Amino acid sequence: MISYAECSARERLALLLDPGSFHEWLPPSERVTSPHLALLGVPCAFDDGVAIGRATLAGREVFVAAQEGAFMGGGVGEVHGAKLVGLLQRAQRDRPTAVLLLAESGGVRLHEANAGLIAVSEVMRALLDVRAAGIPVIVLIGGANGCFGGMGIVARCADRIVMSDVGRLAMSGPEVIEASHGVEEFDARDRALVWRTTGGKHRFLTGDCDVLVEDDVAAFREAAIASLDQPTPLTPATLEIEHAMLDRRLRALPSEESLGPLGDEAIALWGALGIADPQQVPELTVEAVRALRAGQPGA
Amino acid sequence: MQWNSLVTQLFGAFHGMRAVDDFLQGDVMFDGEPLAVVGTTNHAPIGVKLALAQARVVLDVIERHPGRPILLLIDTQGQQLRRRDELLGINRAMAHLGAAIDLARRRGHRVIGLVYDQALSGGFITSGLIADACYALPDAEIRVMRIPAMARVTKLSEEKLTALSQSNPVFAPGVQNYVAMGGVRSLWQGDLQAALRDALANTPTEDLRARDGAERGGRRLAAAVVQRVLDAA
Repeated sequence: MISYAECSARERLALLLDPGSFHEWLPPSERVTSPHLALLGVPCAFDDGVAIGRATLAGREVFVAAQEGAFMGGGVGEVHGAKLVGLLQRAQRDRPTAVLLLAESGGVRLHEANAGLIAVSEVMRALLDVRAAGIPVIVLIGGANGCFGGMGIVARCADRIVMSDVGRLAMSGPEVIEASHGVEEFDARDRALVWRTTGGKHRFLTGDCDVLVEDDVAAFREAAIASLDQPTPLTPATLEIEHAMLDRRLRALPSEESLGPLGDEAIALWGALGIADPQQVPELTVEAVRALRAGQPGA
Repeated sequence: MQWNSLVTQLFGAFHGMRAVDDFLQGDVMFDGEPLAVVGTTNHAPIGVKLALAQARVVLDVIERHPGRPILLLIDTQGQQLRRRDELLGINRAMAHLGAAIDLARRRGHRVIGLVYDQALSGGFITSGLIADACYALPDAEIRVMRIPAMARVTKLSEEKLTALSQSNPVFAPGVQNYVAMGGVRSLWQGDLQAALRDALANTPTEDLRARDGAERGGRRLAAAVVQRVLDAA
C-alpha cells in the first residue's frame, strides 16, 4: 500500500495511470513559469505547480491534471490556471473518455491574487463545458494540503469526487476562520474537529464526496476506473435534486443554542441525516463508513 | 452605490424590487421586456443560506420563464467565514449556485453580472465571474486581498507590492485592474440604462476573458498558455 497523501503530484500520475502512459503537455523542460512570482523575487516552478497531459487508464484515453501541493500549496496563478483551462478546452475538442483532476490546492495563489481569482472562474466555466459535452470530470482529493478555496468550488462542479479519509475538502481553511472569528469559532489546532468538519468521512456521509477510499494510490486508481463511465449531466432536474439535498442538510443541522456548549455539530448533523450511532464515526474504518451510507437514501 | 438608487436609475422608481436582509430579488421590466434580478447588498457574506437563496431564484427562472435574461447585482465581502458553513459544505452550495447560473446560460438566458459596490473572492467566483460577462460601476471595489494583508501573507514589503502594482494589475485591488485583466468586461459610466441595454444586446456567450486580458495588456499569458496546450504535440 502506497500512501497517496505522501506522494508528489508526479508520483501520483506515475502510479495511478497505466505505467508509462502519461504524455505531458508544457512539461517542465518548456519552462512555462509565472512572471509575477519572478517580479516578486519568489522562486518559480518550471511547471507552475501543475502537470497536465494525456494518458491511459485501464487502457482508455484520459486527460489528466495533477496539482503539486509542495509548490505554493498548489495555489492557482495565471499560468497554472491557464494550463487547467487549456486541458479542459482540449478535452472538449478531442473527447477523451474522461478528465481526471488530482486536486491539491489552497485555492487562489495570493501572490498573483487577481489573476488567480479570474483563472479559477475560467477553470469552472471550462469544466462545466466539458461536463455539458458528456465527458465525465473526476476529481481525486487526498493530498496533505487538501482542496480549498476556489478549487473546493471547482471540485464540486465535477461529476464525481473520490476522497480518502485523510483528504480534506472545504472553502476557507480552519486557520483563516480562526484568524477572522477567533479560536472559539474554529480551533484550527483541534485536528479531530478539523477532520469532522472538512475530512473525507464527513464529506462522504453528507454526500459531497461520492467515493471514499483508503489513503492508497491503488484504491484511488480503482475508484477512478470505476468512475470513467458515469457522466452525470447537469439538467434542471439534477440541480433540483441537489438543491433539495442541500436545503435538507441546512435544515437538519441543529441550532447552536439547541446543541449546547458540549454538543458537536458534525455528530449532530450525521445523526439528523439518519446515520446510526454518529458518535462512533470518527473511530470507524473507511469500509465501515462506506457501509453506513449504503443504507442511506441519497444522503 | 446603494442598490435602491441603482435599480431606480435602471428601472424607474416603481421597480418593485425588494431586499430581505442582505438578499435582493425582483422581476422588473426593462425596455418593455421582463428581466429577473437577483443579488446581495450590505457587503453580504455569502454563506450556504444566501447561496441557496440565489440558486433558487435562478432555477425558478429557468423553470418558469425560459429565455428571460438575468441580472446579478453584486455586493459581497466574500464567502461566509464560519465553521457551520464549512460543515454544511459551503463549497458545494457555491458550486451549486455557479452550476445553476451556468445552466441558465446554456439554456439561452442572457446572464449579466454587475458589481455595483464590492466584490471579493469566494462571493464573486460563483456570481459575476460565471455570468456571460461581468461589468462594474467605476466606484466599485473588487479584490481578493488588500496590499497590507497580501504583504503579511507573502512576507514581502508593502512598499515593494505597492510599487509593482503601479505597472502590474495582478497585485492590487481595483476595478480598473479587473478590466485590464479581462475579468470585468467594462465599466458602466454615465447612462446606466444605455449600458444595460448594450450589455443585454452585445455580451458574448463564450468566455473571452483571457483574450481580453491579453489584448488589454493586463493578463498577457493566460490566452497564450491555453493556446499552447491546445497546440501541444
